[in-house]
This record gives sequence, C-alpha cells and structure tokens, in this order.
Amino acid sequence: MKSPVTFRLNGSETAVFVDPGANLLDVLRRGCGDLSPKYGCGQGGCGACTVLIDGEPHVSCLVLAETVAGRSVETTGGLSNGPDLHPLQRAFIEGFAAQCGYCTPGMLMAAKALLDRNPNPTRPEVEEAISGNLCRCTGYEPIVDAILEAAKQRGAA
Amino acid sequence: MLEVQTYPTIGEAAGAMDDQARFLGGGTLIMNRVNYGDPRFNRIVRTTDASLAEIRVEGERLEVGAGVTMAAILASRDLDFLAPAARAVGGPAIRNMASVGGNLMAPHPYGDLAVALLALDAVVRMASGEELGLEDFLARRNGVVRSLLVRRPRGDEFRFRKVSRVKPKGVSVMSMAAHLTRSAGRLSGVRVAYGAMASTPVRVRAVESALEGVSLDHAGIAAALSAATEGLDPPDDPIASGWYRREVAPVHLRRLLLGEDAR
Amino acid sequence: MHAEYRKDLFADERSDDFDVVGKPVIRQDILGHVTGRSKFYDDHAFDGLLHMRCVRSPHHRARIRSVDSSAAERQDGVVRVLGGRDVPVNTNTLLSLINFGRDDEPLLATGKVGYVGQPILAIVATSVRAAQEAVDAVKVDYEELPHVLDVEEALKPEAPIVNDEYPNNTFDYFDTYDHQKLRFGDVETAFSRADHVVEGEYQMSPIEQAPIETCGAIAAPETSDRITVHTSTQALFFSVGVTAKQLDISSARLHFIGGTVGGGFGGKVDSHHEPLAALACLATGKPVKYMWDRAEEMQVGGPRGGERWRIKDGVMRDGRIIARAFTGFFDAGAYTRLSSYAVQKSTGHLPGPYSIPNVASNVYCVFTNRTPSTAMRGFGITAVDFAIERHMDKVARVVGMDPIELRILNAYRDGDMKAHRREAKNCALIESCQAVAHKAGWRLSADAARASSKTGGGEGASGVIPETVTDDEGRIGERRRSGLAPEPFSGQGTRGLLPEGHSSNNSSAFGNAPQREDMEAEIERLGFKGGPGAPPTPRGPVDEAASGARPTVPGETSRPAGAGGGPTLPAAYAQRPAGTVDQSIAQPPAQEPAAAEVESDSATTHFQRGVRRPGVSRFISGSRRR
Ligand SMILES: Cc1cc2nc3c(=O)[nH]c(=O)nc-3n(C[C@H](O)[C@H](O)[C@H](O)COP(=O)(O)OP(=O)(O)OC[C@H]3O[C@@H](n4cnc5c(N)ncnc54)[C@H](O)[C@@H]3O)c2cc1C
Ligand code: FES
Ligand code: FES
Repeated sequence: MKSPVTFRLNGSETAVFVDPGANLLDVLRRGCGDLSPKYGCGQGGCGACTVLIDGEPHVSCLVLAETVAGRSVETTGGLSNGPDLHPLQRAFIEGFAAQCGYCTPGMLMAAKALLDRNPNPTRPEVEEAISGNLCRCTGYEPIVDAILEAAKQRGAA
Repeated sequence: MLEVQTYPTIGEAAGAMDDQARFLGGGTLIMNRVNYGDPRFNRIVRTTDASLAEIRVEGERLEVGAGVTMAAILASRDLDFLAPAARAVGGPAIRNMASVGGNLMAPHPYGDLAVALLALDAVVRMASGEELGLEDFLARRNGVVRSLLVRRPRGDEFRFRKVSRVKPKGVSVMSMAAHLTRSAGRLSGVRVAYGAMASTPVRVRAVESALEGVSLDHAGIAAALSAATEGLDPPDDPIASGWYRREVAPVHLRRLLLGEDAR
Repeated sequence: MHAEYRKDLFADERSDDFDVVGKPVIRQDILGHVTGRSKFYDDHAFDGLLHMRCVRSPHHRARIRSVDSSAAERQDGVVRVLGGRDVPVNTNTLLSLINFGRDDEPLLATGKVGYVGQPILAIVATSVRAAQEAVDAVKVDYEELPHVLDVEEALKPEAPIVNDEYPNNTFDYFDTYDHQKLRFGDVETAFSRADHVVEGEYQMSPIEQAPIETCGAIAAPETSDRITVHTSTQALFFSVGVTAKQLDISSARLHFIGGTVGGGFGGKVDSHHEPLAALACLATGKPVKYMWDRAEEMQVGGPRGGERWRIKDGVMRDGRIIARAFTGFFDAGAYTRLSSYAVQKSTGHLPGPYSIPNVASNVYCVFTNRTPSTAMRGFGITAVDFAIERHMDKVARVVGMDPIELRILNAYRDGDMKAHRREAKNCALIESCQAVAHKAGWRLSADAARASSKTGGGEGASGVIPETVTDDEGRIGERRRSGLAPEPFSGQGTRGLLPEGHSSNNSSAFGNAPQREDMEAEIERLGFKGGPGAPPTPRGPVDEAASGARPTVPGETSRPAGAGGGPTLPAAYAQRPAGTVDQSIAQPPAQEPAAAEVESDSATTHFQRGVRRPGVSRFISGSRRR
C-alpha cells in the first residue's frame, strides 16, 4: 500500500505517494520528476545519488523514502537559479570536472555540503568530502581543483 | 511484497519483530538488501522513538542510543574517544546514516565501531532493558538494541587503527582496537579486539594475556606480536586473503600498541 | 594546466595557426552535466513503464534439463516471461554485421549455459521487485558440466568444449586458422646468433570497465508502429543492426536514441539490452526498461579479456634486438563478441614500436567459461604493450643498459620497414623517450640525446622486407577464402623462403595455391620449438669470438640453402644502427647480467605449450576436434 510523504524539495513543498520500501532516489526520479540524482549501484557505494537532507549529504538510494517526511531535500536540480549558476557549477565547467557527467550531480551535492559548512576547505578536506563519490572518468584531480576554485570564488564574491 | 511498519517506541517495534522482519537503523545495509529484492524478509520495522538518537551521561558511563549515527559521534565531545573509529566508517554520506546499532550487526568486513566498543568492554542494553556484554551480544546477534553503555577511557589508554587499501574511505583489511589499562607502570587487564579477522569483531585473548604485566615497548610486546593471530582463521574476501591478513596482523598490532604512524 | 605544445618537433608537419590545440575549450555538453539536465537513457519518463530482470545461470557450464516458470508467471505484477524460443533470431555474434565470425551467442540461453550469470529467461513485471521475486520463483534444473577457466587449459585436447560453434576452443579466423600469425624474417636463426636470449611471461587479468551508469535500455512503442529505444550504448548502429537482426524486423521500425553515455570505456558495445527491451516491448505493447544493477554490471558485463603473453627476444650485447617471438593467448570468455578482433589488433601491434628484423607471433583467441569479454580502452593492445615494455626493461637489465637508451636504440625511425610490411612514418618514440628523460631529470648519453626519428631510418636492410621463412607451401599465413576446402599444394614457388622485398600480397609469386590446413613445415624455424633435446637458452653474455659456445638450433640443418643464417649478422641488418645510433651507446656493458634474468629450460618449455593435441602440430591451422 502506498503511503503519502510530504517534504521540501529544493525549497518547494512536495507531496508524493510512495511504495512500501521505496528509496528516496526512486521517489525523487519517478515520483517527483527530479532526474538529477543518478542510480549507479543502489548500494551506497558510488555516491551518484547523493542529495542533501537538512543540509547533510545522504546517498538517496539507501534512504527509505518515508523517513524524509517533514525534512528538506536538496538536489543538483535545484542548485542553479535558471541561468544563474552556483559557483561550484561554474568551477566544474571551467575546470573540466565532468566528462561523462554521470557522477557530477552527486559530486556537486557532496561538495556543496562541504562548502556550506566549511567555506575554506583544505585539499585533504575536499578529498574527504567526496570520498564516498566515485568517478570513473576524471581521475578526481579536476574535481578537487574545481571545488577548491569554487571556494576561492565564493570567498572573493 | 514488502511492508514497512513504523512504531512510536522502541519497545513496540521490538515486539513486532519476527524472522521475516528486519529492524531499520540508518538503513545503509538493509536498504541495499531491499533494493536488491532480498527474499529473506518481507517486513521492515522502524521506530520514530527520539530516545534512540540520544547520547546521555549516566554516572560513570555514557549511554549511546542505538540510532546515534557515526556523524553524531564525530560531533559529540563526550564521545571524542570513539571519533577515530566513527570516522573510519564509509564516506560522509554513509556516516550521516550509519547507526551504532547497525554497526553491531554489520556482517564481515564491516563493524569498525563495534571493534572499538568491544575493546572498551561496552555493555549492550536491549529494547527489553536486558543488559549484556558486547561480546555475548556478538555471539548471538539477535534482538533489538536500545543503547550501548561505555566507559570513557583515561588519557591515551585507548587506541584504534583501521587498515584499508583505499584512502580516505575504504573497507577494512582489518581494524584493531586496544584498551591499554595499566597498573604500576605495567600493562594490566588489557583488552584487544580485531575486526575483519573473523565472522564478527572478536577479542584476541592470546594477545591480551601476552600483554599482561609487560611494559609497553618493543621488548614488552614481542610475545603479543607472536600471538597476534593465535586461534584466528581470518576470512578470504575480495579485499584481502586470510593468509594476507594473518601475515600483516603483527605489523599492524605493533603500530597500534606503540602508537606508530602507518606512514 | 595546459598541454605543452612542443614546436621543436615536427615543425614542418604542424601548422602554427591551430586555435584549439593547447587551449581549454568548454565542453558542449557540460552545462547539462552540472545542472543534472543531461538526458542519460534512464532519464526518460514513461507512463506504465515495465521492468525486466533475468534468470541467470549460477554455473560456469551446465546443461539445462528443464525450466519451470509456471509459478513465476502467476505472481503479482508479472506481465511476461520470455525465453530463447521467443527470440526470432536468438543466436548472434556482434561482428556478424560485418560478416566476421559465426553466430555463437544466444540472447537467452537454451539447452546449455557457458558462464556464470548467462541469462536464460527475461521476466517483465510492473516493478523491479515484482520481476525479481518472479526470477526467484523460477526453477531451473541444471546438470552441471565440467568447465575450464584458463586459456591454456582450454587448449588441451581433453578440455571441455566451451562454445559449440568453435569446438577447438579457439576462434577460427576465416573459418580456417585457429590463431593469428605474423612472420617477418627468421627468428630461429637470429636466436641462434644472438648474444642473449631473454624470455618472459606476462599476464593481465580481466578488468571490468565499471562505468558509474550501469548498462541498459528502455524500449517504448510509438503510435507509428515504431519502437523508440533509449540506450546507454556506445555503439548505436551496432545496436540498431543487432536488434533488427534478432527481432527479425526492419531497422526502419527502430528509432534509437543514445549518445549520452554515463561512462562506457568499451563496456557498452555489446548490444544485449536493446534487443531484449525491444522484444519485451513488442511482446507487451508497453514501454520496458532493462537495466543492469551494479551486481550484474560487475558479474555479467563483459570485461576487458585476460591475456597471457610469452616473449622471447634475441639480443646482441650492445642492446640491439635482432629477433622477437610472441605467443599470445586472449581469453574471450564463453562467446566471441569482439575478442576475435582484439587478437587481430594485438597482432597488428607487434613487435611494439621497435625496429626488429626478425619477428614471429602466434596469437590465439581462446574460449573459456568466463564472462565473455569485450571492448575496453585499447583492448588487444594494452596487455601486450605492458608485456613488451616490461620485457624491454628485462632486456635492459640483461644487457646492462639504461632502459630508456635501449628503447631509443631499438625504436622505429621514419622509413623503417615494420613487421607488417608497411613503412614506419611519423615515428616519435625517440623524441618521446627524450622528453620523458628530460622531464624526469634522467641523464641520457650524448648520442641518445641526439638521436632522431627522422634520421637513419630505413637505411639498408631496415627499410626492406627481409627474406622470410615460410611453410612448405611458400606461405606465411596467407588468407584463404572462407568455406573453401583445403586443396593440395601446387608444388610451385620457392619453398621455405619468401625473398627479400616480398609484399604481403604474394599470391602472384606463388600461384594461387590455397593455404593448406597445417603449417607444419619447418616449424622449428617458424615457431618456438623446444621439446626434448631443445637447446638450452644461452646464459649471460657470450663472446662473439667464442661463438662456438652458442647452441645450434634444431632444424638449422634442414633449412634451405640461402637462408642467410650463419654466425654473423645479415649484412643488411648490420648496417642499420651505423650512423643512426652512435656506437658509444651500443658499447657492451661492463656489468654482467644476472644469470637469473635469462630464463632457460623452464622458459623454453613455456614456449612449447602452444596448442598441444596428439599428433598435431601446435601451429596447426583449422583442424577440428569435433
Ligand atoms: C558504501 C558503504 C561503506 C561502508 N563502510 C563501512 C565501514 O567502513 N566500516 C563499517 O563498519 N561499516 C561500513 N559500512 C556498513 C554500514 O554502513 C555500517 O556498519 C553501519 O553502521 C550499519 O548501520 P545502519 O544503521 O546503517 O544499519 P541498517 O542497515 O539499518 O541495519 C543493519 C543491520 O543491523 C540491524 N539493526 C539496525 N539497528 C539495530 C538495532 N538497534 N538493534 C538490532 N539490530 C539492528 C538491522 O536489522 C540490520 O540487520 C558501509 C556501508 C556502505 C553502504
Ligand atoms: S546509487 Fe546510491 S550510492 Fe550508488
Ligand atoms: S565524469 Fe564520468 S563518472 Fe565522473
């Protein structure tokens, strides 16, 4: 039997009916039409599905959807305001931090959680923050560089 | 078809359990099984009981709710001695979800926090209120856990070390914890525990007794190093073979005991 | 961090008005990636989408006695259960689209399974969970059969037959040859002349591409009687062709949309998802998604095939490599897919970027009961390159030479004749070595630092095709049209040798006699014959003057006159390094190479291990063990 769940998705009140046992990733993608979080494993191992719940990164494939009732969920789909990109998005574009782009939405969320808490992270702190996110294309260096660059740009702005 | 049942208290949730049900902690392991359609259970039981996420000081002991996450341990000043073990679990997203209760139940090669708790002689408080030593709990691993009771170690008595191939996040080749209590400058009543060296986190009695009454230096720990894997048959898995685990265990034990840095 | 653009090299081949190279250009697809709006195949929503899961073999090799899906069919949410019988053209091979190889792989197995994870039934249901529960409810009765997981075990006569289409456990090139063969010059004579013979065995395990997006496809019916397929494929037109073939429908009915791939690395070319999803779509009239979960991606997804290589080099004291022989085994897994092509690629890559006057190779595409392997970044090249470069280091140690200088000494230069009878052009290994040495602060001798790909190449014999040993038909592995029965040898032509300067297309010189089934003639000289009485490989440096210490090679006596062997270098080759690499680099090293570096009898036996079947040459081409 489906059950109703209400939460905030990228700032907007959202209500959706979920199947028993459904994970948040499926509910966001199929129920809410937010296709930005990606499925890579369904095991918590790749981080492609990373979203923020109350500001903290979670692998949405392992979140029982009904547990987000009343909470706030952020995804990469809500990161930019129309053409107005988040500094992380700009830094990823300029720093070639995405190749196939499949890991990118999860990376951006993990990075956002870090910068929101720690606007001036060190390189090891950035590496730690994205340590749960796999990228098979870039070799990580451009991603770490881009996150550090975004922090710098935000500090300058 | 799967069913999810939510109860307001841990007691009620515990009452709803049977062998077709699984209790949901942070879900990092259970939801994986759900996603992959594990046919061994058809019910998820959860509770909204807020007490599960509490960390309380109870006299000499700290009571850590079973629902406390690794991230919450890292944020707690009272539990700073557990931080190295909590930080060793998964990446940031996993640590925001992974609970203490789930870590006690996590199959090989998981259970890094449980290794630390085992060396600290933690006591498990079940949903029913029954209390039992963590070692006994690990031997039977059933029932719903309400909280853990653990004493704060003194000074630098407590050591934890995790060996993994991927850094900063990686599954255990092994994890090790030691509570190095002393009397009159000599080790006494030491507890040493390993993870990923058996099907559950285990105490290593041969090492513990070899450390009794010795001084904490190269000469003093020599006998303990030779006994590093006595009575153990470490498992083979994709991370490491049992042979490899046995070979390197004495090296890591030495580093743990003497507080040497890995690199 | 921009790429360094070295204008000092190839100045006349590069124009200075490039406006892209060396500068960052914003990727055209990256805005979609950072906003999460790039549409990967799974980012298309369909009303009433059905999901597919497969019943898979738990065994490496087994006969399927019976399949009972009746309970599964009755389960909630199950819409359709598909088996091999439901696939109009169940058996296919990927390269059949270019007429290469025989159809050998069923989309859904019937009768038997050849690897763990091979799909048997595809179950379509209203949810992934319902499909999975139905999969769990299917009862398959297997009779487990012996299996083989090692390439050389698979070549033994008693090995189980992995793939009924190829009962030798080797891919049959052009329906005739069980391996790819390369012959250039005469390795055996050169080995006997070499100061050192250096052997080595190298192996690379299968490697999973592990894209973060798992493979999959969604097929949805259109009102125009077409099927729209969103797919993760890297090879859209392969997938269209394969789907049209296996469903036996016109490709005009297939509307394939792809190109946004969540990481492929070669692992998304196998075209298995599209035909199954499209078949289910036709069978149900509903949109159907077939998506691998991570466990399937890792277990069932075709990896880079494992490879085993043996290399035997004949090396002079000064570091010149005068002969190189290879035996290679490529693990195709249970079905061909692209492995046949990988072997051709690797053969085409030998002997590496080095000018070696005598080269021989036999490379086998072998079937085992492993997951069928497929493409992955440079497949067919990566493992043998690893082997070659490891071996170069070993050679450098044996002759006591700087490993970079050894490479510079032996590198192709413009104008050199490659073992494939094509002229080397635009060579750059010397310059690459120099640049690497410079960056690493590695000191090169003045001569090595001065060497250039543009000078000294193609001089004397290094520019021509050498006299090349052949079989008794005067062939070095000429291709025979498929399907032709072997004809008797015409008896014409120069037996035993192709003259210097022959081209690869030598049919006119020898009439059109087809290749006979086996190439046994002079195998002593063609291959790596060892066996009882095989000579020990020379150990350590041998004084030229005391060349009597050099072993003789069996078969030397049977060599036709005029084979140009003998204790001295062929005049043609001896000229080659002169003027190209200063002799000072080529001075024999003072250091004695460690004896252990030169493997002897044991390694020689390695080379005997080609294909061993009773009464048959290990260089056989095309005989059947059926
Ligand atoms: C990508 C990834 C990386 C990981 N890395 C590590 C690691 O490095 N180290 C490590 O130790 N673990 C690791 N884990 C495993 C796991 O995340 C942790 O062990 C975690 O602590 C499990 O807790 P949970 O709350 O998520 O468990 P759940 O998934 O909720 O439950 C796990 C099991 O415990 C039972 N359970 C949960 N709570 C209770 C309770 N209160 N009483 C009784 N039974 C209970 C459940 O019924 C279930 O059987 C990793 C997991 C993933 C997915
Ligand atoms: S899909 Fe959630 S971590 Fe991989
Ligand atoms: S860009 Fe392809 S996985 Fe990261």
